[in-house]
Amino acid sequence: MRTTIYLAIGILFGITMFKSEAASWFRIYEMFQFQAFHMYGIIGLALILGILITQGIKKFKVKSFYKNTVHFEPKDKGVVRYLVGGVLFGLGWALAGACPGPMYTLLGAGYLSMAVVILAAILGTFVYGVLKDKLPH
Amino acid sequence: MDLIYEPWPWYVSGPMIALIMFLLIMVDKRFGMSSNLRTVCSMVGAGKNVTFFNFDWKAQRWNLIVVLGAIIGGFLAANFMTPNEAVAISPETISDLKNLGFESAGTAYLPTELFSNAVFSDFKVLAILIIGGFLVGFGARYAGGCTSGHAISGLSNLQLPSLIAVIGFFIGGLLMVHVLFPLIF
Repeated sequence: MRTTIYLAIGILFGITMFKSEAASWFRIYEMFQFQAFHMYGIIGLALILGILITQGIKKFKVKSFYKNTVHFEPKDKGVVRYLVGGVLFGLGWALAGACPGPMYTLLGAGYLSMAVVILAAILGTFVYGVLKDKLPH
Repeated sequence: MDLIYEPWPWYVSGPMIALIMFLLIMVDKRFGMSSNLRTVCSMVGAGKNVTFFNFDWKAQRWNLIVVLGAIIGGFLAANFMTPNEAVAISPETISDLKNLGFESAGTAYLPTELFSNAVFSDFKVLAILIIGGFLVGFGARYAGGCTSGHAISGLSNLQLPSLIAVIGFFIGGLLMVHVLFPLIF
């Protein structure tokens, strides 16, 4: 049952990424050129609603569908890892035109070349894991 | 407006992303699409030598199922919901991209110059895809999250680290598009 729910949420996510064009390399380029409102509208509105949802769940102590208390894990404090990691991610996001969710959506959409990007992202994750203790955080 | 066959405007797409985040919270999970990359590393045995991947990946199996859904969703959307795949980017973006050599701008979903099957025999383009993917994977883990984990989930929870990460995303993206693209393309 739970597997079906995760799969359904994933399908909804995949359709949303493709239909919103957030999975399009062109939209990412356009966003970084500030030449359209589209991506800013998507992220901005998702964020406004996300803040209302998250703060609402906290304030009214909303339980999950399985009657569990919803706990939001705060992010670890720090600056370097977020800034340096963020810049590296941004460089890759603009170059490949896809972040980790849309990569899979595009593979499903039939772009076999995305498999190269996904494998490289897995490799990047692995190399981070190897170097983790040597990097400033 | 036809939500099945036409592209979704931002005011439909934004609420849909918020809905997906909400649904994941309500089934005791969190919206963050880069975690699955770590799960994959662990699944293929990276935990034997690297402690970062030494965890019970089976407990994270749910995010691999979400990924499977994202693949199926992409297949459905591309094959049954998108009669015209051209992305209507702005005219100035199209002309900028044509100047960089992207003739497919305005006529395709992804630039054919980077993502058609011809790239498998093009060393330069393959290198671009590998470097781009590597930076996404490495950067997301270093920063502890990606667009969904920081820009949506983290900022929704008013996390300062997420704001720093998102500022980083934009510094990196702007640097790539404005400074490095003219050198690469």
